[in-house]
Amino acid sequence: MLDATPRPLVQFRDVCKWYGDFSALHDINLTVHEGEKVVVCGPSGSGKSTMIRCINQLEAHQVGTIMIDGEEVSPEMKNIEKIRREVGMVFQNFNLFPHMTILDNLTLGPIRNRGASRAEARELAMHYLNRVHIAEQADKYPTQLSGGQQQRVAIARSLCMKPKVMLFDEPTSALDPEMIAGVLDVMIELAEEGMTMIVVTHEMGFARKVADRVVFMDEGEIIEVAEPEAFFSAPQSDRAQLFLSQLLGH
Amino acid sequence: MDRNTPPPAPPRKRLTAVDILLFASVAALIAYAGYRVNEVLVYQWNWSRVFNFFIRFDPDTGEYVTNLLLYGLATTLRLALWGTVLATIIGVVLGYWRTVDNLTLRILSRSYVELIRNIPPLVFIFIFYFFISSQIFPWLGLDDLNPEGLFVDNWLFALLFGDPALLSNFLAGVLCLAMFEGAYVTEIVRAGIQAVGKGQWEAARAIGLSRTNVLRDVILPQALRKTLPPLAGQFITLIKDSSIVSLISIQELTFMATEVAATTTKVFETWILVGAMYFVLCYSFALLFGWLERRAARSRR
Ligand SMILES: Nc1ncnc2c1ncn2[C@@H]1O[C@H](COP(=O)(O)OP(=O)(O)OP(=O)(O)O)[C@@H](O)[C@H]1O
Ligand SMILES: [Mg+2]
Repeated sequence: MLDATPRPLVQFRDVCKWYGDFSALHDINLTVHEGEKVVVCGPSGSGKSTMIRCINQLEAHQVGTIMIDGEEVSPEMKNIEKIRREVGMVFQNFNLFPHMTILDNLTLGPIRNRGASRAEARELAMHYLNRVHIAEQADKYPTQLSGGQQQRVAIARSLCMKPKVMLFDEPTSALDPEMIAGVLDVMIELAEEGMTMIVVTHEMGFARKVADRVVFMDEGEIIEVAEPEAFFSAPQSDRAQLFLSQLLGH
Repeated sequence: MDRNTPPPAPPRKRLTAVDILLFASVAALIAYAGYRVNEVLVYQWNWSRVFNFFIRFDPDTGEYVTNLLLYGLATTLRLALWGTVLATIIGVVLGYWRTVDNLTLRILSRSYVELIRNIPPLVFIFIFYFFISSQIFPWLGLDDLNPEGLFVDNWLFALLFGDPALLSNFLAGVLCLAMFEGAYVTEIVRAGIQAVGKGQWEAARAIGLSRTNVLRDVILPQALRKTLPPLAGQFITLIKDSSIVSLISIQELTFMATEVAATTTKVFETWILVGAMYFVLCYSFALLFGWLERRAARSRR
């Protein structure tokens, strides 16, 4: 029997998180289905990073449940590494391993986690480096690449683990303007191939083009969830209106 | 101005009148010290007697043979080598423990560091020496090591550990030094680990590496690279600090020097010669490490 409804890959149920006494996330409820692309935006400090970092438990939540492909994740869980391999993550500052070549950055995960041979891992790595259009840089070190190239390597590094879902935390906000397009193009290609994506970004063009839904956060809460057109042209909440006017203001 | 003209020569660094005055006063001070020793103390310099304990001419065979001070130097080098190896192991393990979440490991490593840094090395070495030499070595059976044994009776063993008859004595010295310097290496390693950005941990964990792999493949290689210059400095400090184990009768350079000074009664010559030996040794290593560091920096670009 064919199941027409896509399977939920990432689910937040009543998730709360505090840093000390400071409430960073409050009653987060969100379900992201297979193949869906969700853009998260909101003012600085609203908890966007915290939310997506809870998905692979780089930050631990204290209340509520988070499920990845039907499996609950928690700070105490034994096999958190297994879950993390299913969730790719791309950071604002790339975080490539500076002491390794580009190729070694990519092969480390497959070799250590899946016991891939060097040859297998290399083939896989070259495949993904081709996809992000920098195969010719394989033997260089991260510092020899431009920011945009480094970010594309970081995307390829995550893809090497063949994740079910990719998380992006402001992947273009540390880049010079002329580098942004290259990275966004790679992300758009990835989206077109059907990858499930959760992207924290303020790139409205990208959101309009790719996102199925936009999630607007403020002060640790999800204020509004809407389709991109609707959100950008007619935001419902006052806070989203204020945020968008500020975003467009400069 | 023509674009192709060579840049003006940088100003030469010249000695100013103040510099010359400074040098002159230092020289005068040294000359005065020499004068005091010669004229006022009426000290009879005799370098050749002391020098004989460095290298001696044997009239019977017509060859130069090494003597006590060179034996001592060899022991000092062995102490420095093994002391550094052990101190590095201690330092990497405890330095890592200093950074973990586990409270017990953190308390243990912190206590070790604070304990050793806050008692004088000499006191520590006396306490530790009497504990290990009276408790641990007999228990390990090191005191009745067979000097004709297969592993013991060869040149490699002698090269690495010196006289087999003095092995337990030598090991006691190595352990004392390693325990002592290990505390400082621990702090160097801790600083190195903490200097690796949080983002590196996160990226490594995000691709699903286990904790051990995160450390081994990502954090420690970067941390150790950052710690190499201070570790090299610590190695040189260890050579100098090794002189304190002369007090528990390890026959290294300072111990031998005490003997030579007592036998010859040529105190000045002995200690000046030994000071020069330490200086040459340590400064050579400093130059070597400086060169290696510059080379490594260049190859990494
Ligand atoms: N480790 C931490 N300890 C204490 N407070 C933290 C910590 N990390 C984040 N916070 C706080 O939690 C709030 C949410 O932070 P978060 O990084 O998720 O915001 P953000 O929406 O990603 O903001 P930005 O757009 O600036 O990246 C902020 O007020 C921040 O100061
Ligand atoms: Mg953020």
